[in-house]
Amino acid sequence: MKKFLLTSVLAVLAPVLAQAQGLTMGLGGNVTSLDPHYHSAGPNSAFAYTIFSRLTETDENSRVLPGLAESWKMIDPLTWEFRLRKGVKFHNGNDFTAEDVVFTFARIPRVVNSPGPYTSYLRGISATEIVDPYTLRIKTEYPVPILPLMMHNIAILDSATHANATTEDFNAGRALIGTGPFRYVSGSTNAGIKLARNKDFWGPAPDWESVDYRIITNSAARTAAFLAGDVDLIDQVASADVPRISQNANAKVVSKVGLRLMYINLDNARTKDPVFLTDNAGKPLATNPLKDVRVRKALSLAIDRQVLADRVMDGTAIPSMQYMPPDAYGFAKDLAPSSADPAGAKKLLAEAGYPEGFRITLHGSNDRFPNDARVLQAIGQMWTRIGVRTAVDAMPYGPFQSRASAQEFAAFLGTWGSSGEPGIGMTNTLATFDKAKGTGSINRGRYSNPAFDQALAAATSEMDDAKREAMLQDVTRMLVADMPILPLYIQKNVWAVKKGFSYAGRADEASMPQDVHPSR
Amino acid sequence: MLAWFARRIVQSLIVVVAMTIIVFLAVNVIGDPAAILISPDANQIERERIIAQLGLDQPLWRQYFSFLAGALQGNFGNSFVYGMPALQVILERMPATIELAIGTMIVSLLFGVPLGLYTGLHPESLPAKIAMSGSIIGFSVPVFWLGLILILIFSVQFGWFPAGGRGETGQLFGIEWSFMTGNGLRHLALPVMTLAIFKISLVMRMVRAGVRDVLPQEYVKFARAKGLKRPRILYVHVLKNIMIPVVTIIGLEFGSLIAFSVVTESIFAWPGMGKLIIDSINMLDRPMIVAYLIIIVFLFVAINLIVDILYTLLDPRVRLSSF
Repeated sequence: MKKFLLTSVLAVLAPVLAQAQGLTMGLGGNVTSLDPHYHSAGPNSAFAYTIFSRLTETDENSRVLPGLAESWKMIDPLTWEFRLRKGVKFHNGNDFTAEDVVFTFARIPRVVNSPGPYTSYLRGISATEIVDPYTLRIKTEYPVPILPLMMHNIAILDSATHANATTEDFNAGRALIGTGPFRYVSGSTNAGIKLARNKDFWGPAPDWESVDYRIITNSAARTAAFLAGDVDLIDQVASADVPRISQNANAKVVSKVGLRLMYINLDNARTKDPVFLTDNAGKPLATNPLKDVRVRKALSLAIDRQVLADRVMDGTAIPSMQYMPPDAYGFAKDLAPSSADPAGAKKLLAEAGYPEGFRITLHGSNDRFPNDARVLQAIGQMWTRIGVRTAVDAMPYGPFQSRASAQEFAAFLGTWGSSGEPGIGMTNTLATFDKAKGTGSINRGRYSNPAFDQALAAATSEMDDAKREAMLQDVTRMLVADMPILPLYIQKNVWAVKKGFSYAGRADEASMPQDVHPSR
Repeated sequence: MLAWFARRIVQSLIVVVAMTIIVFLAVNVIGDPAAILISPDANQIERERIIAQLGLDQPLWRQYFSFLAGALQGNFGNSFVYGMPALQVILERMPATIELAIGTMIVSLLFGVPLGLYTGLHPESLPAKIAMSGSIIGFSVPVFWLGLILILIFSVQFGWFPAGGRGETGQLFGIEWSFMTGNGLRHLALPVMTLAIFKISLVMRMVRAGVRDVLPQEYVKFARAKGLKRPRILYVHVLKNIMIPVVTIIGLEFGSLIAFSVVTESIFAWPGMGKLIIDSINMLDRPMIVAYLIIIVFLFVAINLIVDILYTLLDPRVRLSSF
């Protein structure tokens, strides 16, 4: 008995003792560039935030926190004042001042050939003014209430160190000098990157002396590396692997509801001669049934979102009727997902003049989002049950996305990943497609509703955070009433950590080594 | 000899040009890189600017000619995704793939040739029969399954070998190689085993068939009658004569190992170039696809060249001009 106790104590302690110094992470997202201003994509940003700090940061629910800026205030709707933290040093010893922020803003538009430029986050900024080395004023052309949130995307560089730094300098590691919790030691995205604790970090000291940042894009390989003990933490755990890892006594699965809404995009553009829509005999329809709100609501009522989340997604999603998850800014509590009601759906179809239903083709990708093809098939069956006979066509993401952008489909599985507020998502995906205003840039269903546009524009220019949140919730209610898209579910982000490590998870999918802690 | 060499080069250039045209047309048919690449955060104005920067607003023929103009100066264009010269991105990952391919070829020859000789000389013995049945399994097991099973057994269950990655590397000729360190060699073990099991079966069967074919021939009987020792007959006269088909196959297999070991590289998180081509195709990163395929074409041309030269060494009757 004594021996048993001893061995079990050792078994519990061993991983803690062995790993207290270092952390090895196996991450699924492909980091395409180490230049923090080259391509705005989740994996790139998550890496950049280990080395670099930003004026503001976000908590696990993507609400704004102070970063290099201790505080900020709006002086008038077109002017913001940021008070910067004093005594912050870059990894090479240089001091951080307001000049570095101005330099960073100037560098971002100079990074060319980027498919996802960071200029999107500087939109509206017309000038910056250094009041003193630790006070910065930012002027905008029009009111930008989410400016502090936008600032969390911008990694601050050093005006002296990075004056001529190219993307190549960052990729080679030479220019990876920031004010963040870790400093760059060696490696590249291919071979894995080694980081070391920044002893002079301005925030809470990171727990890890060293971090081994490995990229393992294949999810089976990631799970294998975790089960073999090669890595201490993995992210993007495939839903099929969750039960297997949960059973392991030395591992824990952590999940956190994310910010990515999956939805069905409907063709709101064509009034006549719709594509991929026919009557039951297979003859083309004269008018587009999807223009009728009753048909859209019927299609929504036919979908059992709970089944999608629990069965098809193996519990790695929650049903949702809106862009934001609970606990996030802009979430409307009263918009609970309705349960499936095939009888009600049939009634609505009959009212709309389609008592016998019609035929539709549902498109989507089969290699991009977790279980995407299975979700399509499940929805196809749910629609067929109410008389809308559905053919499912799942294809690789490349051709799918090109055709969806060219509006070639009647209905397809679309998605939007928010960054802490719903205004941008609704503006880009549902506001009227208008080049001059820059709204509706990926509104692939070409939904256009002047009342919705107006309410959304008013909400996104409201400067008071609480008022804006209430207005955005109202806009969300308009959306659910009109159903231009059929919201389905919000994905959960899933991590697996070894015994002895703890990670709370983040809504924005990022796996941040500074937020991983030793446990017990 | 020189004329033969020049003809080869010209032929391969024609292949390259044809291939680039096909890639340009094919990517255009598959989809619009802009629709996949550009971040959803961008608005219409930003979108148009990005499309213009990447040159995607130009008509296809103009894009092709500006690519050709760059290629003639050795510039295959910048990757859309990585923002770096496509050639550089590929070459950075090439050593990892090459050492995997070479390791696999060494292991498969080391096991395949002796096994083939043995099964060819003693076809009715029990070990030979076991080896032959084993090779059927080696042929038919899919690589991804084999890789996962090896990981499950040797890394997850026993913890002998790491499940993926390159491990520590050491420098040779200024390039990082895994085989230079003990830790790196342990990382090499499972992917090499995964790839080698099929190749061992292949080499073994080729050698065995050759031995069975050559043994009854007149010159072997003559050599025996002349009183040559058995090892000399076997390793000089027999082996040399059965090597031509083996060398051909090895050459082609080596090429395909370098170009298309995608599955193994994905399963073992091996940062080679095989994964790169699949990622690039998924993202419609055209400069990467073109540069990759150009490298592959030259690689196969070079391998065929070496194979042809080896023929002349192995069989004096073969003349290069006859190809």
